[in-house]
Amino acid sequence: MSTVNLAGPSGLRKFKDKLALVLVCAAFALAVIPLVTLLYTVIKNGAKRFDMEFFTHSMNAIGGRDAGGGAYHAIIGTIEQVGLASVISIPIGVLTAIYLVEYGGGGRLARVVTFFVDVMTGVPSIVSGLFVFAFWIALLGFEYMGFAGSLALSVLMLPTVVRAAEEMLKLVPNDLREASYALGVPRWRTICFVVLPTAFTGIITGVMLAVARVMGETAPLLMTVFVTTAINNDPFKGPQMSLPLFVWDQAQLPQQVAIDRAWAGALTLILFVMLLNLAARLIARLRKPVSR
Amino acid sequence: MAKRIEVSGLNAYYGKTRAIEDISMTIEPRSVTAFIGPSGCGKSTFLRTLNRMHEVIPGARVEGKVLLDETDLYGPGVDPVAVRRVVGMVFQRPNPFPTMSIYENVVAGLKLNGVRRKAQLDEIVEKSLRGANLWNEVKDRLGRPGAGLSGGQQQRLCIARAIAVEPQVLLMDEPCSALDPISTLAVEDLIAGLKDQYTIVIVTHNMQQAARVSDRTAFFNLAGPGKPGRMVEIDDTNKIFTNPGEKATEDYITGRFG
Repeated sequence: MSTVNLAGPSGLRKFKDKLALVLVCAAFALAVIPLVTLLYTVIKNGAKRFDMEFFTHSMNAIGGRDAGGGAYHAIIGTIEQVGLASVISIPIGVLTAIYLVEYGGGGRLARVVTFFVDVMTGVPSIVSGLFVFAFWIALLGFEYMGFAGSLALSVLMLPTVVRAAEEMLKLVPNDLREASYALGVPRWRTICFVVLPTAFTGIITGVMLAVARVMGETAPLLMTVFVTTAINNDPFKGPQMSLPLFVWDQAQLPQQVAIDRAWAGALTLILFVMLLNLAARLIARLRKPVSR
Repeated sequence: MAKRIEVSGLNAYYGKTRAIEDISMTIEPRSVTAFIGPSGCGKSTFLRTLNRMHEVIPGARVEGKVLLDETDLYGPGVDPVAVRRVVGMVFQRPNPFPTMSIYENVVAGLKLNGVRRKAQLDEIVEKSLRGANLWNEVKDRLGRPGAGLSGGQQQRLCIARAIAVEPQVLLMDEPCSALDPISTLAVEDLIAGLKDQYTIVIVTHNMQQAARVSDRTAFFNLAGPGKPGRMVEIDDTNKIFTNPGEKATEDYITGRFG
């Protein structure tokens, strides 16, 4: 009879284990440091002008040296531009993903669409702005307007939405589709009532990330919505403002009051993105079937 | 209600590969027919040709005739969706819809086909769940998610879902292979009860199960390595298991295979 060795790991193995743990924790800390510093700086500097006036007033007739003023016009602009961009790109994106996963079946059209989605993912944001400027404003002769910004943003959003929705639809087990077909349910109803609800949570999360992403875009708006200091509620007429543009516009002024406005704008933008993420999580949680 | 199935000269392909070759058989109404045979010999493929589920797989196609009473399922103008309403199917792995409650799972087939009246749906839910021997276990929690049930309950839920649309034929693809013996017994009892109303075809790897539940048994085998599967023989279950006509069948059921 031989004895069985049940002693713990040898010294070297324990050391390797600890080393790996330390490295992993250090990597995590390194990743968190910029995030925490960023939040800290933005909150510290942004709090100064984070007041009622900031959310209720525009910059109309307020010069760089004047205190006061606010980002109301920019907030309105951002909400309208991003909202319109979402209205354009979410349906197109999700429908494209449905085509790719449910109908394309790796055919030639599906491969071509996938290729162009990949290409679109790599388009620099300034190029999408230039594209819309050249097409919408220079060629078709429209004026600067919020909607032009929405077009530029949806060029950026579309590939993200397609990719996210595609990945989520692919995760839906084929068993479920077959179960539905076997009940004599047509394909389109299967997609609407079985596949999409199953993938819903993931799609919402992906879409929200895409929205949050374009919300902070500055470059494509520069050439499409222009800038303004006044409130313009109509995204289809005349220049608008947006939060990233507001930050950019104020931050290049030398006066401290302007810099403070820029910080407050940045803080507002971060809060917006956070709210969107929270909303996405809330929707995801509400949709999850209760466990027993 | 229950219908006779007559298959003649049926070949099924995955792309260029022929999976099953020249199968002809008659499946009697109000009886249980079991398909046995080694893995990969085309039992499931053949089963899936009986409700046109085979062609759901890209590149898959079927040649031959499947007559349901007088109608050819592969005839011109036949809608596969309509075929599947008449010929229901239960799969190997329980696959309740994860976003739906027990109640919604049972009525899924009806609701997705436009039945909306609450009273009617309630009635069908109770009837189907009773039919699937599941009513007493779940009647107090119909609103809970179907995915929260145990494996055996989920499979009976899937059977309830399949019979809720009142098919005339019920195909079962190894319905007990993922279940423990007790759940298997529950499903087998259920099959015995269902055969008064339905034509049942069951694929199984468990020969005792085939012997227990079926009236007739068909033995499938590969024609040879790399060749398509074919049906060796079909006969009364009793005869297959005691005095099979073919040597290959005897070798398989006595475990002297290969």
